[in-house]
Amino acid sequence: MTADPDTPAPSAGFLSGLPRLLRLIGGTALTLAITILGLLLVTFVIGRVVPIDPVLAIVGERATTEQYEATRVALGLDEPMWKQFAIYVGNAVQGDLGQSLRTKREVADDIIRYFPATLELATLATLFGVLVGVPAGVLAATRPGTWVDQIVRIVGLMGYSMPVFWLGLLALLVFYGILGWVGGPGRLDAGFSMMFELDVPPRTGMILIDTALAGEWAMFRNAISHIILPSAVLGYTSMAYISRMTRSFMMNELGQEYITTARVKGMPEWRVVWVHALKNVMVPLITVIALSYAYLLEGSVLTETIFAWPGLGSYITDALFAGDMPAVLGGTVVVGVVFVTVNMVSDLLYRLVDPRAR
Amino acid sequence: MTLLSVKDLRVTFDTEAGRVEAVRGVSFSLGRERLGIVGESGSGKTMTGRSVLRLIRPPGRIEAAEMVFDGTDLMRASEREMRALRGQRIAMVMQDPKYSLNPVMKIGAQLTEGLRRRDGLSAKVAREKAIEALEAVQIRGPERVMEAYPHELSGGMGQRVMIAMMLIPNPDLLIADEPTSALDVTVQAEVLSILDGLVRDRGMGLIFISHDLRLVGRFCDRVLVMYKGRVVEELEAKNLMQAEHPYTRGLLNCLPRIGGERAPLPGLDRAAEWAE
Ligand SMILES: Nc1ncnc2c1ncn2[C@@H]1O[C@H](COP(=O)(O)OP(=O)(O)OP(=O)(O)O)[C@@H](O)[C@H]1O
Ligand SMILES: [Mg+2]
Repeated sequence: MTADPDTPAPSAGFLSGLPRLLRLIGGTALTLAITILGLLLVTFVIGRVVPIDPVLAIVGERATTEQYEATRVALGLDEPMWKQFAIYVGNAVQGDLGQSLRTKREVADDIIRYFPATLELATLATLFGVLVGVPAGVLAATRPGTWVDQIVRIVGLMGYSMPVFWLGLLALLVFYGILGWVGGPGRLDAGFSMMFELDVPPRTGMILIDTALAGEWAMFRNAISHIILPSAVLGYTSMAYISRMTRSFMMNELGQEYITTARVKGMPEWRVVWVHALKNVMVPLITVIALSYAYLLEGSVLTETIFAWPGLGSYITDALFAGDMPAVLGGTVVVGVVFVTVNMVSDLLYRLVDPRAR
Repeated sequence: MTLLSVKDLRVTFDTEAGRVEAVRGVSFSLGRERLGIVGESGSGKTMTGRSVLRLIRPPGRIEAAEMVFDGTDLMRASEREMRALRGQRIAMVMQDPKYSLNPVMKIGAQLTEGLRRRDGLSAKVAREKAIEALEAVQIRGPERVMEAYPHELSGGMGQRVMIAMMLIPNPDLLIADEPTSALDVTVQAEVLSILDGLVRDRGMGLIFISHDLRLVGRFCDRVLVMYKGRVVEELEAKNLMQAEHPYTRGLLNCLPRIGGERAPLPGLDRAAEWAE
């Protein structure tokens, strides 16, 4: 300890930011690894427990005993359980999640095709939820009981209570069917779809980004017109949740003493609310936003179905109905990893925003 | 010369549990002098101080027959005029720095905010002024304190940061709410002498809120004794020992006298009619 009594405890803030950040990231990565291992254990056990014989599913009913045995050995199913699990983990870590029975492709390759569509949609929806939900919640909190507050509350309640498929169908009917303002189901018009496959190098799998990188602006605009409706429908639900939480966090912060201090200093009300209070609101809000983002990243089956969106949700659901266990379990692992990663990142951000949590 | 004149100030909260009258008809006037307000917890000292800045939150309401600061009618001033007074001509050292500083903003940012946002000073100049202000309240290593967050400060440090922050704009009136309760004696003496200097040299008006009757008696020119939202006695500090009101006498009797005989500490007597 230093001898100077006026020096604040050198616990945080003064240490150069980098080592602390590195330590934080290191800890986060370790937690992530342990969580993923647990997740793999669960999917592994499920894979052994479900009454679907993986060998039979591959070789078919009419295979000979030799064929059956050969496949069994090829799949490593003659090994002891712990070894099978070790192989499973080893493969998974290398990105090998097995082969889909339904599509006959590697599950990992399938997911690389389907996940970007979900990622694109979920990100846009969350962006919408945050950009509309946070200001709406703040406005409601600063004017409790007024018509602004009522509108935010009612619009939010509708987002909670309206079934997504109903909202999606209605939006499709009005904005595509009647008004024709937007593109219909799918990620692109049929004509563009073909061009996209042929002309645009698949860098990220996200159409908006790939077309922008390739400078295909007509295609980019077409993709926007297709994604805007499903992302607005998904974003609406997310917005309802975020605005409600923002309002309640903001009400709480505005009751704190430091808010009076800011006013004593003569700060204008917008600064008191949007700087002093909002910085504190962001601390719990980060977790809320991350949770809603992670939820959307699992892929919303209903929305994907209505908008013919080839995302992760429909991939896993279709696999489930086809009894395609490798695809289901592979998809589950990916969803789990994404969920855990988003939560870890939000935890990291939380610590960066809140000096008390470092 | 009168800087602030308050007549029949009332602060009322209409809550679900009923009406709370936190301040019930307080009158006083203040020149360029040191006015002490003492009273037990909940007697309405803080609410009186905040009323002057018109910073009582709903459901609290402020009423007054008169509240004039240096020619400005505070009851009629627009919110814009009030904002121009706050943190410029009238400042208030907030009671509990643990809750009164923004927990996610660095001390430096909070200190320089007024200088940068309203006075439009550059980051560098504002920073220099803030460091000077910290040094003035006896903070060693002010550069490091600028980089700290409130939770990293001790109670006494927080109080000094708060005082520095409120003195930066050179206010004409400073309301200091328990500004030295967490400071040790030597630092307290330093801080009081700074405040004293500002009153004598710059002609600042000071409202000094405290629990500590003895401290107020030594430091202030005049003392208001509050009880349940009312002023029960107002007297010159030098006449404190001749106080007549039984509540004030009760407060005085609680003070231990060095070399005095030891009697069992008397309980504070509260007659119902004082609150009338
Ligand atoms: N939001 C509120 N709703 C209802 N009553 C309130 C509210 N805020 C303050 N009061 C009441 O106002 C009264 C005066 O409070 P005030 O903070 O001015 O006391 P104080 O003299 O500063 O006490 P302390 O020495 O503890 O700081 C208290 O009795 C309290 O119950
Ligand atoms: Mg108080």
